[in-house]
Amino acid sequence: MRGSKPMTASALALATAWISLAASQALGATLTVKAGESIQAAVKRALPGDRIEVEPGLYKETVFIDKDGIELSGIVRGGQWPVLDGENKLNDGVLVSGHGVTIERLWVKRYKGNGIMTQGSNNYRIAYNVVEGPCFYAIFPQFGKNGLVTHNVAFGSEDAAIYVGMSDNVDVVHNQTYASIIGIESENSHDILIENNYVHDNVVGIATTMLPALPVKSSDRIIIRNNIVARNNMKNTAPPGAITAGAPPGLGILVLGTDHTTVEGNLIRDNDGVGVMVSETNFLVTTPDDRMDPFPDSTQVLRNVFLNNGSNPQGTLRDLLDIAGVERGVDVLATGKGRDHCIADRLALTTLGTRNFADCAPGTTSAAVASMQTAKPVVATPFTADQKGRLTYLAVCTGCHTYNSKLVGPPMVVIKALYGKDEQRLADYIAKPVRKRPDYPEMPSQDYLPEDIRLAVARYILSELSH
Amino acid sequence: MRLLALTAVLLLGANGAHAASFALADHCPPSFDMAEDGRCHLVSLYQMYTAAPGQGGLRVPLPELKGSYTPQQIDLGRLLFFDPVLSGDGKSSCAHCHHPDLAYADGRTTGMGASGEGVGPARRQGDVLPRNTPGLWNVGFLGRLFWDGRATSLEEQSVGPLFAANEMASTPDHVRQALAMNPEYRRLFAQAFQRSANQPIALEEVATALAAFETSLVSLNSRFDRYAHGDDRALSDSEVRGWNVFRGFVGRCTQCHVPPLFQSDDLAAIGAPPVPGQPYDQGAGVLPPADPALNGAFKVPTLRNIALTAPYFQAGQFAQLADVVDFYNAPRGHAVPPGAKVELHWHIHMRQAELPPQDVADLLSFLNALTDTSMSPQVPTAVPSGLPVIPRLHP
Ligand code: HEC
Ligand code: HEC
Ligand code: HEC
Repeated sequence: MRGSKPMTASALALATAWISLAASQALGATLTVKAGESIQAAVKRALPGDRIEVEPGLYKETVFIDKDGIELSGIVRGGQWPVLDGENKLNDGVLVSGHGVTIERLWVKRYKGNGIMTQGSNNYRIAYNVVEGPCFYAIFPQFGKNGLVTHNVAFGSEDAAIYVGMSDNVDVVHNQTYASIIGIESENSHDILIENNYVHDNVVGIATTMLPALPVKSSDRIIIRNNIVARNNMKNTAPPGAITAGAPPGLGILVLGTDHTTVEGNLIRDNDGVGVMVSETNFLVTTPDDRMDPFPDSTQVLRNVFLNNGSNPQGTLRDLLDIAGVERGVDVLATGKGRDHCIADRLALTTLGTRNFADCAPGTTSAAVASMQTAKPVVATPFTADQKGRLTYLAVCTGCHTYNSKLVGPPMVVIKALYGKDEQRLADYIAKPVRKRPDYPEMPSQDYLPEDIRLAVARYILSELSH
Repeated sequence: MRLLALTAVLLLGANGAHAASFALADHCPPSFDMAEDGRCHLVSLYQMYTAAPGQGGLRVPLPELKGSYTPQQIDLGRLLFFDPVLSGDGKSSCAHCHHPDLAYADGRTTGMGASGEGVGPARRQGDVLPRNTPGLWNVGFLGRLFWDGRATSLEEQSVGPLFAANEMASTPDHVRQALAMNPEYRRLFAQAFQRSANQPIALEEVATALAAFETSLVSLNSRFDRYAHGDDRALSDSEVRGWNVFRGFVGRCTQCHVPPLFQSDDLAAIGAPPVPGQPYDQGAGVLPPADPALNGAFKVPTLRNIALTAPYFQAGQFAQLADVVDFYNAPRGHAVPPGAKVELHWHIHMRQAELPPQDVADLLSFLNALTDTSMSPQVPTAVPSGLPVIPRLHP
């Protein structure tokens, strides 16, 4: 899955095959959803490895995917899309927690919360979607590792159009974002590539941020490369409580407190404030957090094209420039205490506050990094069935059973004697327990455990468990 | 064995002449397994998953428990937790306020301390404390303790209530002496800390044993967990819709109450209502060095077993979960009294959430699916001091 190109069909097939394998699922089926039917009903029926095809039509629902290995794929026919419409009434469009999920070719519009959100998903792919506001975040992968966000068009967000939050190893490539408070943002994330995107007519173009009072306490290794970042001069209409409410319009790229951020090969033009700003967290947020470092370190501003930035700086940017006694905005503005920055092409640029930036060594480039995705899909469950059997025994059964004395249920020595080597019979009993002992309460059914796990517990009890 | 301990105790009778002996468990409590280091380590189905630290979601690992202890330390902590001997007047144990039948809370708006009689909502005549008594399930995961986050470890925390004049009104000398006078405790401490019984009992040992017991209070087998581990029948349709509201970005609940523990170690100002007739509680904002940016900020409490720990918020301002949900659904900052100067956390809805009644009802159903007390430890029927153990509320 390495490479900045969108995943090829064969790579995708491979990934899907891997997921199917992981879920011990032979070959995925294809389920079709027609206009007027419910997408969620298909998700409910689908098994890991299945593909759900959504026909053109109007769908007014929240789709959530809490299983692994589902491919949700719209069919666009003759320019007609499958449209998920929240009508400014529903909360979120697509919510995903499963691993190895694909969301593609859907037109998602008018959800009050987010258009497409993943939470805790690994190995995801969000591709070829159109996400239209008003909404908070159009596309928001959060809390996950190894993802691809590609070829999406996202606009009309009341915050970031594409927001990568507290995530690792994500490529955000070939997208168009506009008419949003921030075009693309990476927040408290690691190993993020933002490349080949067209980010225009937002308040702020691209931002990498280190924000306080969030469970992830660092933000590191981000490449912003080969993007077109243009005319990000929109009036800021973010609601007053939002962090972004204080973001001044006219910022092309904002590096806010993140470490090892590389800005290379971008075309940055016609942003009326500054082209690139490197600053500490409290430029936007002042909430204290003693568990994080708010200062950006090791930023590299490599060779980019800057054209006509800074003609009309406003808000807090204007205030900063006024203090420095500067009339026009600059190509590169740095504030705060960060360390180990470097800048290339210094003489070609207008700069302010970059005195502590070294000159980048000639030839410095991030080109060696073609993708930030992991070489192989993240393995979600590195456990064998036997290990799961032991985990389940300890995590579930010990609430009522001990090895050699009565707790709520009979001791395991007694159970071992009763069942001998008959794993299947034990597995069946725990799925449908029947009353056996008048002086014990009924044992609650454990049929929420999948069949293979029930067998694994049985095997663990009968073959391994000892005093 | 825990059970052995119980039988031994039963023979003693309520007034416990300490001739016969208590025996400490040599096995780990439910859901814990003894590792090579001789200590009990948690085993949970969430260990099947991988994710980076801090990342939440449905199938992600748990943060580590902050401490690991031996079976004997845990079992000794259990006896201490239920033994009024630690308090100044020998009348209140930890369990008088953290009652096992009330999810280790007390069901009161705020706690009732020194010289109180009885347990739970019926407790009388004691000092009224300023803050609500939190439940203790999953307390071993917390990196910040107390509502304002002022303690960072259970060991550090436990001496707080012991020595506060209005809580257990004890003193270090009292604790040391009361325990030293008791041959049973001398023997049990020696056993739990693997040292000679002639050595004096140290306060740190008391703190360690209490922390060990508290760390064993683990609740991770709710219906929500079954759903998380793959059984999509474990939650009703309404509960699943509620889960979507909870994690969605109008509600944003998961941004602070991060699954799978539904808490976080961060402080957040969410604009809690004042208690009538009292100055506004500025929480972490008034702890030294008094940072006004933390005015009104409290630690994000866990929502596990939340249906069992009414009333809610740091002073029990809300009687029912429905009231809490209404609070979150009302406009941002609506309950902050004028002049209180609170900087609200940005995740508190940037404008009115305006959840329709169905969403509100669903969210409530979901909060009720986080209940699990299947790993409840045994409540001792007698403790080494011979003092009476708390009465049970529903047998
Ligand atoms: C909530 C308490 C509880 C939990 C959790 C529990 N059990 Fe039980 N179990 C019982 C009780 C009570 C009985 C006795 C039922 C009877 O005899 O009528 C029992 C009986 C059994 C029996 C004996 C059946 C027989 O033929 O006599 C087996 C086997 C068993 N449990 C296995 C398990 C396994 C495996 C798990 C974990 C996956 C488990 N139990 C979890 C309470 C529980
Ligand atoms: C008089 C009632 C009372 C007694 C007795 C009591 N507590 Fe508490 N406990 C409270 C209250 C009230 C709080 C919250 C105080 C605050 O946040 O300022 C609390 C907080 C705690 C916390 C922090 C939990 C959290 O989530 O932050 C722990 C742990 C705790 N108590 C353990 C104990 C132990 C151990 C004992 C016995 C040594 C004990 N308590 C005795 C009332 C009591
Ligand atoms: C910005 C972080 C944040 C968000 C978002 C948030 N909470 Fe809270 N929550 C807190 C804090 C902090 C408290 C403690 C407040 C206090 O005691 O003053 C709390 C308390 C609670 C309590 C009471 C807990 C107790 O033991 O008393 C419940 C229930 C609750 N929240 C539910 C929710 C729900 C439902 C949502 C989504 C609608 C939500 N929270 C969103 C931070 C948050």
